[in-house]
Amino acid sequence: MTVETKLPYDRSYIEQFSSQLNEPAWMKELRLNALEQAESLELPKPDKTKIGKWNFTRFKHTASGEVETITSLTELPVEIQDFFDKEALPENLVIQRNHTVAFAKLNDDLANKGVIFTDIFTALREHEDLVKRYFMKDAVSVDEHKLTALHAALMNGGIFVYVPKNVQIKEPLQVVFWQEDPEVALINHVLVVADENSELTYVENYISNNQNEETVANIVTEVIAQDNAKISFGAVDNFAAGTTTYVNRRGVGYRDAQIDWALGQMNDGDTVSENVTHLVGDGGSANANAVTVGRGKQTQNFTAKIVQFGKNTDGQILQRGVMKESATTIFNAVGKIEHGASGANSEQTSRVLMLSENARGDANPILLIEEDDVTAGHAASVGRVDPMQLYYFMSRGIRKEEAERLVIYGFLDPVVRELPIDAVKKQLKQVIERKVN
Amino acid sequence: MAGSTLEIKNLHVSIEDKEILKGVNLTIKGGEFHAIMGPNGTGKSTLASAIMGHPKYEITEGSITLNGEDVLEMEVDERARAGLFLAMQYPSEVSGVTTSEFLRSAINARREEGDEIPLMKFIKELDKDLDYLEIDQNMATRYLNEGFSGGEKKRNEILQLMQIKPDIAILDEIDSGLDIDALKVVSKGINKMRGEEFGCLIITHYQRLLNYITPDYVHVMMQGRVVKSGGPELAQRLEAEGYDWIKEELGIEDETVGQNA
Ligand SMILES: Nc1ncnc2c1ncn2[C@@H]1O[C@H](COP(=O)(O)OP(=O)(O)OP(=O)(O)O)[C@@H](O)[C@H]1O
Ligand SMILES: [Mg+2]
Repeated sequence: MTVETKLPYDRSYIEQFSSQLNEPAWMKELRLNALEQAESLELPKPDKTKIGKWNFTRFKHTASGEVETITSLTELPVEIQDFFDKEALPENLVIQRNHTVAFAKLNDDLANKGVIFTDIFTALREHEDLVKRYFMKDAVSVDEHKLTALHAALMNGGIFVYVPKNVQIKEPLQVVFWQEDPEVALINHVLVVADENSELTYVENYISNNQNEETVANIVTEVIAQDNAKISFGAVDNFAAGTTTYVNRRGVGYRDAQIDWALGQMNDGDTVSENVTHLVGDGGSANANAVTVGRGKQTQNFTAKIVQFGKNTDGQILQRGVMKESATTIFNAVGKIEHGASGANSEQTSRVLMLSENARGDANPILLIEEDDVTAGHAASVGRVDPMQLYYFMSRGIRKEEAERLVIYGFLDPVVRELPIDAVKKQLKQVIERKVN
Repeated sequence: MAGSTLEIKNLHVSIEDKEILKGVNLTIKGGEFHAIMGPNGTGKSTLASAIMGHPKYEITEGSITLNGEDVLEMEVDERARAGLFLAMQYPSEVSGVTTSEFLRSAINARREEGDEIPLMKFIKELDKDLDYLEIDQNMATRYLNEGFSGGEKKRNEILQLMQIKPDIAILDEIDSGLDIDALKVVSKGINKMRGEEFGCLIITHYQRLLNYITPDYVHVMMQGRVVKSGGPELAQRLEAEGYDWIKEELGIEDETVGQNA
């Protein structure tokens, strides 16, 4: 079946959009080619979720009017201030308001060491070669399906992070993607490159407020860890019910590289999320941790996948989900060990906690192994709150609602505690609280 | 006021339509320590669970009151806040919730909103009790009972007892699985609770525990009833002679709950 969805923006629109941003010629070319491919390519086919009728193409591409810059974080709405620790404001922070940078700061010392932490459009102008080297090359390809092609054609926001060789960053880099305009799509590209022997922690927050207005988030994130680099990547996604989200976070790890993901996937709208890590070099490791709370009528599909090419690589997937009301969620955890990856280890655990009779949850752990000399294991469960646990809590005087709250938090805690910034961890807990109650 | 009074009258309890308790009468007052002994499967844990309000047990007849108030009308958490506590024979494991979080919630559940226990005060008091029970500090930050050894679970129950300070506590086989040193420590914790305001019902199979915690009253359960009561000497005689003499005295052939005298 070919999907006959008319694309919302044409060649001339994209040419103009790219020119306004002063993009290099190759980028404009890439966008135009992508647009052509988007017309013929099909939507992705996430396992067990039909997305054929989801809205990926009806949206406004740009916000009208000038974006106001923010001079002090206290000007921000409270729900965004929650992302920061008031006592110790982040040293490295970018706030993207709709598509434009409204606030940016980077520790001088890091800037002097050659660390790049800037929006993708500035990076395309000022660090063209680096961006060109990595943009949709090693991790995600433009022509994977309709949504990756649309993404490339219409990218309207994003961040570029580059940490040079041998530079280890202790302070996290934090980004807030604030979709203030309820109708405008966010087609966001995050490109994080850690060069050899470097180290960084990156945390992003997506937030929007469109309960009723429909729009789209189409996010591609590419995370590259060169030899012996170490990347800790945290995220809290919090798009409102009106946003249909496609989010693709992909990592590539070379020799002895480590990529750790901690994803709080708290969108209220329909969501397809894929988080894939390729361990290309020997000795690499990846931890893919993700939590979600499904509520209302939303349908979500989460795929966490680690593909191991290198010898002695380690891939660990941990997924936790709480389902309430009539939410539907599919968890796919895929561990793939390629031929030749001797000594590799792959493990995945997916657990779903059902809080309502009408909710649906499905956990599918999959192991695909093409090498003999490996170890692997998987576990999955879909269950309800244990009445004996509730009885135990209540026998100590704890009220039922509080007991349930504690059990639910406890269930999600193994992933929540992996988030690298305390303020973001706290904020994720608040979002969980809002979604659970 | 000199402590609370828990009064159990003619209590009949069924589980899945099988009658297990067949008319239990027992009164526990603040300041008193009672021990219940009895062979396996005679209804001791059932009594404890029925008092606390375990969802599986159905009360078919009789009453339980605490200071004259109807306990059977209360939810489990209300019973606890009214002053009851049950150290369970098999406490649940709860992944993701630390012992310390669990205890703080239990303490705050007894306080008004906005008057939660200050964190530093809580930590100080917790540390004191951890020390007293010779429990490793890091146990408080581990998930509740998850991966705890049998003995650690029992110590944790007593830690909760000391932190929550109930009026009436029921301890179901708190001594099972404890080594000699742990038995002493756990007994020390329970004895520390002694006072006019605190009543305790200790379910045990062994005189050994009662060497450390001298009960004021000893009761024997068979066939879902209290069939004999006495002082500490009764427990000593049971330890020395077993249950046969009681069965003979009362003409009981099979002491389990399925049988009637
Ligand atoms: N869910 C159940 N279904 C059927 N029978 C049950 C159930 N739970 C308990 N019983 C029965 O009730 C009886 C009393 O059990 P209870 O646990 O109260 O005994 P107990 O005196 O505490 O024994 P022990 O000394 O071994 O701990 C037993 O015969 C037991 O098998
Ligand atoms: Mg028992």
